[in-house]
Amino acid sequence: MEFLLASAVGVMTAAGIFLILRRRTFPVILGLSLVTYAVNAFLFATGRLALNAPPVLNKYEDVAYTDPLPQALVLTAIVISFGMTAVIVMIALSAYLTTKNDHIDISVDKKTGEER
Amino acid sequence: MNHWIIAPVVLPAIVAPFIVMVLRHHLDLQRIFSVAGCLGLLGIAATLVAQASTGDIQTYELGNWPAPFGIVLVLDRLSALMVGLTAILALPIVLYAIGSGWDERGQHFHALFQFQLMGVCGAFLTGDAFNLFVFFEVLLIASYGLMTHGGGAVRLKAGVQYVTYNLLGSTLFLFALGTLYAVTGTLNMADLAVRVAQIPAEDTALLRVGAALLLLVFSIKAAVLPLHFWLPSSYANAPFPVAALFAIMTKVGAYAILRVYTLVFGPELDATAGLIAAWMLPAALVTLAVGAIGVLGARQIGRLMAFGVITSMGTLLVAIALFTPEATSAGLYYMMHSTLAAALLFLVADLINNRRGAAIFPTHPMQQSGLIAGLFFIGAIALAGMPPLSGFIGKLLVMDAARESPNYWVVWAVILISSFVVIVGMARAGSQIFWKSHDAEHAPEPADDGEDVMPLPAPPEPQPGLAFASVFALVAGLAALTLFAGPATTYTEGIANQLFAPQTYIDAVLKGESE
Repeated sequence: MEFLLASAVGVMTAAGIFLILRRRTFPVILGLSLVTYAVNAFLFATGRLALNAPPVLNKYEDVAYTDPLPQALVLTAIVISFGMTAVIVMIALSAYLTTKNDHIDISVDKKTGEER
Repeated sequence: MNHWIIAPVVLPAIVAPFIVMVLRHHLDLQRIFSVAGCLGLLGIAATLVAQASTGDIQTYELGNWPAPFGIVLVLDRLSALMVGLTAILALPIVLYAIGSGWDERGQHFHALFQFQLMGVCGAFLTGDAFNLFVFFEVLLIASYGLMTHGGGAVRLKAGVQYVTYNLLGSTLFLFALGTLYAVTGTLNMADLAVRVAQIPAEDTALLRVGAALLLLVFSIKAAVLPLHFWLPSSYANAPFPVAALFAIMTKVGAYAILRVYTLVFGPELDATAGLIAAWMLPAALVTLAVGAIGVLGARQIGRLMAFGVITSMGTLLVAIALFTPEATSAGLYYMMHSTLAAALLFLVADLINNRRGAAIFPTHPMQQSGLIAGLFFIGAIALAGMPPLSGFIGKLLVMDAARESPNYWVVWAVILISSFVVIVGMARAGSQIFWKSHDAEHAPEPADDGEDVMPLPAPPEPQPGLAFASVFALVAGLAALTLFAGPATTYTEGIANQLFAPQTYIDAVLKGESE
């Protein structure tokens, strides 16, 4: 279980960083999503991994429970990263539609120093 | 409980949706409410500064949940100063945006502006590390909208880069917070400070990873070399009034470094003691040097100012990295100065850009050239740290505080040489823009009889009076900071003493636990 989760976080982060270093916006956005998935899984594990344990206290009997705080943090992180991904898709799309290319770099005119 | 503490967050949070939902099609009403919101924020900030100046640390428990279980907002002298600085900065910028017509060039400028203020004030006031992340996101998502305000191909592309960089920074922030939570089991900053000090020395490997990651995240925000790459092209391509507001955003990073590394990972903590001393000071010095070289080499007015911001962040971080109360006090004074100076320079850059474009290259003379040249000169003096303005006092204080450091001669050399390089760079840009444009080869053709002066077209701003008035307000701010340098440094000394005695902060926040 620990090995599975740790390797999943590691592989997703590595793949995400590889994609972020590409030069077109589409793979970069895919890479960002992968990295945010990795961090969500990572946050989930910060409260220690527990199987079959609900994140609530039971006041009638003594049953195992798991730390509820990371689950709340993950929820917040998911919502924020989802919203941010939507924003970057929209900005990248409008940049693509206005410039007719989806390179992430801004090219600079060598003579005038003008950016385009 | 003192409800004033949450007011700087709640007020923009009410004004912004009101502007979006009710006033969407009424630009005049939007402007009135936005300015009223900024005035209200200024009033609230003044109240908070007055309350904090007594030296008491007050807390506001959201939902009345006691810390460390609920989220707390904490008002100490540093938070009050930062909120005050934000409010002072916001008013001239929003007036300038109205006067220059920038808010008409796209939708929702005023709503995004208010959301940005909400995020910035929240980040300064919160006492919870995860809540700090959430407020970072609030200010970032508003800044994405403001950064691409008005559209245009290059601006949108720069926007994609800016969002990508910050999204990656946010992810890193979450990794850091997750690591810290896994080690300590808490995210309340005061509680973190208590728990971190109790961890035995042999178990601190993960803690150090978390502390280093957190430093990286804040360094991205503060544009410390080598994590500054997002800043020049974002600031140069953002609408310049927005870039002027962003002058406070880099300071959010500096504030977070100062807060976390005095409170949680304090100078006495063995596990992370080497982190700041070994990494922060060299990085800050290199930031300062590279910023100065960038000022010298800039070919576009936006980049010139952006690298100017990087030099001022370098100087500020040198002061923070020395980690003594004297240096921190000097750094805070310099921070007030550099925020106002950077905003002033970006507004002047907008005046120049409206008239003759952004290239630092002699073209044609422009309207009100003398006035704008004067303002540029004042801004350049402030940025370079020449007398008589507050930049000189700030740099002098920083250098004086560095005398205690064993490497004081490196700090002095870098600050002095980079100041000189900035002077040369600004002089070069100013003479290209204002003087060379009047040379014979670039001057407009004289009229037939040789005596009629060609009438210059009207200024491009819809309300040039308001635009210039708000620029002069920032100049007045700098002048006031110079004239009242004595009271200002007394106040920053109070802040530094409070920061370097974190036990009062911890007691103020965790009072519920002992009861």
